[in-house]
Amino acid sequence: MEKSTYYNPADLAKFGNISDWQPEMGRKFFDYYGEVFKEGALTEREKSLIALAVAHAVQCPYCIDAYTTDSLQKGADEAQMMEAVHVAAAIKGGAALVHGVQMMNKAKELSM
Amino acid sequence: MKSLHAQHHPLADTGYQLTVLTQAEVEGAHQPLFAMRLREAGLLPLRPTGITVMQVNVGKMCNQTCRHCHVDAGPDRTEIMTRATMQLCLDALARTDIAVVDLTGGAPEMNPDFRWFVEQISALGREVIVRCNLTIIVANPKYHDLPEFFARHRVRVVSSLPHFSAVRTDAQRGEGVFGRSIKALRMLNEAGYGVEGTGLSLDLVYNPSGAFLPGSQAGLERDFKQRLLREHGVVFNNLLTITNLPISRFLEYLLESGNYESYMDKLVQAYNPVAAANVMCRSTLSVGWDGQLYDCDFNQQLDLLVEGRAPQHIRDFNLETLNGRAIVVNQHCYGCTAGAGSSCGGATT
Repeated sequence: MEKSTYYNPADLAKFGNISDWQPEMGRKFFDYYGEVFKEGALTEREKSLIALAVAHAVQCPYCIDAYTTDSLQKGADEAQMMEAVHVAAAIKGGAALVHGVQMMNKAKELSM
Repeated sequence: MKSLHAQHHPLADTGYQLTVLTQAEVEGAHQPLFAMRLREAGLLPLRPTGITVMQVNVGKMCNQTCRHCHVDAGPDRTEIMTRATMQLCLDALARTDIAVVDLTGGAPEMNPDFRWFVEQISALGREVIVRCNLTIIVANPKYHDLPEFFARHRVRVVSSLPHFSAVRTDAQRGEGVFGRSIKALRMLNEAGYGVEGTGLSLDLVYNPSGAFLPGSQAGLERDFKQRLLREHGVVFNNLLTITNLPISRFLEYLLESGNYESYMDKLVQAYNPVAAANVMCRSTLSVGWDGQLYDCDFNQQLDLLVEGRAPQHIRDFNLETLNGRAIVVNQHCYGCTAGAGSSCGGATT
């Protein structure tokens, strides 16, 4: 079978199939997943926006599709969704840059 | 923007809409017939639980042309209910104890006999709901006193505001609609609507502005209340979430944007048998601008009259026969049974 890409959007709907080869772990995972996204100390919309940001950080196309839809369903608007992506970008960028201190430390250690 | 009707668009033909809605089942058989799902739940034929609401569509004329409108309403639509047909509705009401009359359109206030009709329904001691699009209140000075008129007759106002952000509201309802809606909401608040202790009810309707389902009604209501109060000083009572049904202009949007199949799949996958038992057509009778009778406003816009064994025009109204009718269903009905359910009163579960 020829495929033009590793990712197939139709596979998102088959997420539940991961339980086929390990039903007990699959069930535990999806029970946990459902529990995590219920309204709690955070609202469902806030959790969806966090998931959207994480989806960008881990660069998961399935998750980006799923949590863009879910954020809209939970009532988020474009501005909130883009701010969530900037939070992901800031943390990823910051995570790279903060290692600059380590680089500086090492450079100083090696230098006269 | 013109209505589909004025554009002579193929989807202005309700027969064509029904063909689109049923062809997926014929071709792919991956969207099961709605009637089959009802049968599985022991709900076929779907019978009324008793008519408690008469919903009267007083015409397709509207000052707005919203992209999702299931009525295909707009300024270019001229079909409106006459006073003679309104009188037939009043005659029918007088013979029953139907407690609530729900007035919809178009913009119902644009019907020249709208105020007369509200006064007559109130005189019968029935509660009036008006589905007000908000912007009509500020559209012309002759409508500026609508909030006071509504208050005088204790009318329940139900108004569409698809989002607390201007961008999402205007994308669905037209440029500048959000700003004018906020102005109208302030006028309604000034007349006491939505204000605690007045007993004047102002509910807002949330429709998703795109090809997705509404989220939790309670969660969205909390967000709407917080944002509208903080940013605009506006208060209201309840938020009603309503799913967009795949008919008329929303169907056109789905087909044009390539979202039709995936939206139908979403509706079918989210089918909820509890919501199926609670659908509003079991307690509502819908009257068209010309007096014809339907199971709901969506069936009305698809020209799906009540079944032939029941009276099909308000002049022949018979509560007993109508309460025994089999409700007409089709694939669009998945819109009212998805997730938490959907009705003119919001979520149903």
